[in-house]
Amino acid sequence: MPVTDAPRIVTARMAHDDSFTLERFLATGGYEGLRKALTMTPEAVAAEVDAASLLGRGGAGFPAGRKWSMLRKDPVTYLVVNGDESEPATFKDHLLVERDPHQLIEGVLIAAYALQVSQVFVYLRGEFALGLERVTGALNEAYEYGAVGADVFGSGFSVDVVVHPGAGAYICGEETALLESLEGKRGFPRIKPPFFPAVIGLYGQPTVVNNVETMSNLPWIVRNGGKAFAALGEGRSTGTRLFALSGHVRRPGTYEVEMVKTTFRDLVYAPVYGGGVPGDRAVKAIVPGGVSAPWFGPDKLDLPLGQDEVGNAGSMLGSGAITVMDDSTCMVRAAWRITKFFARESCGQCTPCREGSGWLERVLRRIEHGEGREEDLDLLLDVSDNIAPGLQWPPQQTTICVLGPSIPSSIHSGIEMFRGEFLLHVKEGRCPIG
Amino acid sequence: MSHLSSDTLQRAKDLVALYPEPRSALIPICHLAQEQDGWLRPEAMEEVASLLGITPAEVRGTATFYDMLHTEPVGRYLVSICTNIACLLGGAQELLEHAEHSLGVRAGGTTPDGTITLEEAECLADCDRTPCVTVNHRYVGGLSAEGFDQLVDDLRAGRRSDEIPPHGTLVRVRRSGGLRVPRERVAAERAAMAEAQAARAAAAQAAQAAQGAQASKEQGA
Repeated sequence: MPVTDAPRIVTARMAHDDSFTLERFLATGGYEGLRKALTMTPEAVAAEVDAASLLGRGGAGFPAGRKWSMLRKDPVTYLVVNGDESEPATFKDHLLVERDPHQLIEGVLIAAYALQVSQVFVYLRGEFALGLERVTGALNEAYEYGAVGADVFGSGFSVDVVVHPGAGAYICGEETALLESLEGKRGFPRIKPPFFPAVIGLYGQPTVVNNVETMSNLPWIVRNGGKAFAALGEGRSTGTRLFALSGHVRRPGTYEVEMVKTTFRDLVYAPVYGGGVPGDRAVKAIVPGGVSAPWFGPDKLDLPLGQDEVGNAGSMLGSGAITVMDDSTCMVRAAWRITKFFARESCGQCTPCREGSGWLERVLRRIEHGEGREEDLDLLLDVSDNIAPGLQWPPQQTTICVLGPSIPSSIHSGIEMFRGEFLLHVKEGRCPIG
Repeated sequence: MSHLSSDTLQRAKDLVALYPEPRSALIPICHLAQEQDGWLRPEAMEEVASLLGITPAEVRGTATFYDMLHTEPVGRYLVSICTNIACLLGGAQELLEHAEHSLGVRAGGTTPDGTITLEEAECLADCDRTPCVTVNHRYVGGLSAEGFDQLVDDLRAGRRSDEIPPHGTLVRVRRSGGLRVPRERVAAERAAMAEAQAARAAAAQAAQAAQGAQASKEQGA
């Protein structure tokens, strides 16, 4: 039994092998949310999403309803769906696009109707070859079925949806970089202000950018009402959410759990979720929301999985990626690998990020390889402080986008919790873990 | 003589038609060029540039930003091993070293027979099956060293060619539905909806005003 009896909102069909087919979709309530939405006014549909208090599931956690209402003053020109899922250890959208592409499309169409948008782009990371085939195939079926295209279900509402493949770049998950990429350019984030997508987005027009999981929640919300969604979870964190659990657990996977009512410990140890740590080893640290998030020690395991609860404890739920590291893990190696990732993926526009990531990576590499220097720990923290002054969470912004200030997360939280281990690497030139 | 085949060119033009601005089709068309050649040849990039009305340098400048667009030849099978955090915890570094040893090439290199290019990848979003390996962006599951060697044998013998097309072929399903809805039609629908919305807002306001008048009347009484 799951920890709470909350319904499955986005993974209800996953038990079926053919969950991605139109037949299964229609047999399990598919496109009923869209049909219902089309009988309502666009404002009423948006009001349901507002009532659900659905927080965006991409990483920043901005309320989707508010994102939309900012645009209702000006007509929105484009809706763009962010399926560039690349935050390391995040694999929830992967599941949604491959296993329930029609649910995503239905959510997209509901949003398009609420926003009165006639052109949608679904940007999927290029590495999702099967996902791209599934969504393209589902879209072909949806056109034929009359759910998308001219005069959807005879309602007088017309909309086009285009699936757009990315080509491998972490930074394109940042919404303004994604828009640049969609315009056929390098994924360089745009400076905000003035380039908030809602104001100056795709082709300079007002644009809404929402995540795949956010969209996938909409059919249920319209069918069951925003209030039913808001009744799940607690406080600002309403509904259920997908958590991608990886690392040292017996049953890694994507789990849909009720927010706040479930804790990190539940997710790691409950037999229906992670099932505990292999060999019954101890948890040494967890990455609570993707590698951009500062690490937590085992003392935080009883924190509820809620946006504010995790935020107030000094990290973030981010993209919903939780990675467990047991006591056999070398923290220097983990921090080095994460930093190497940022150094590779920095787009290169801003100096603190471009130079800082490479510098940190080189220092961590030499510590890991037994060539660390006495002053290296201070150097790591000093360079980190130059990228994200004060090393607080949420970090202070020194760069165009949030990639830069996320770089030091694993370094300063790692050194804070495991200073002795980092020092041993430096002093003895070896890893105490083995 | 055009370098891109007539089929590739036609598909490229169909892609251009999907977007308000032609340049948006650049990345999807680069994928098509890779489907034809296995990688992005300079002559392909030149043709793509003229098709989109931009310079070859702009095509190259964009293409080199993205990991999946290759401006150097790639083997028939691109084997990617993720070594990012979740895979690292699952033994990815050891698998990568095994792969380099057993293929006789370093990450980034191609075997002399041109069959396999090995790459160290960043997170591929399949972190519950570690270490994550993909071949031409098809997930082949978390692999042990023995599983990896078996995979390479299978690829060399052509045993997985149904499931894994040659490098460059990304999406085998072609868009069949939905030509673009004519702009005039959308504009007309939009105008009608805006009118209806304004009418609803006015009606709501009138109702509120009437209610307010009623309330103050009651208060007065």
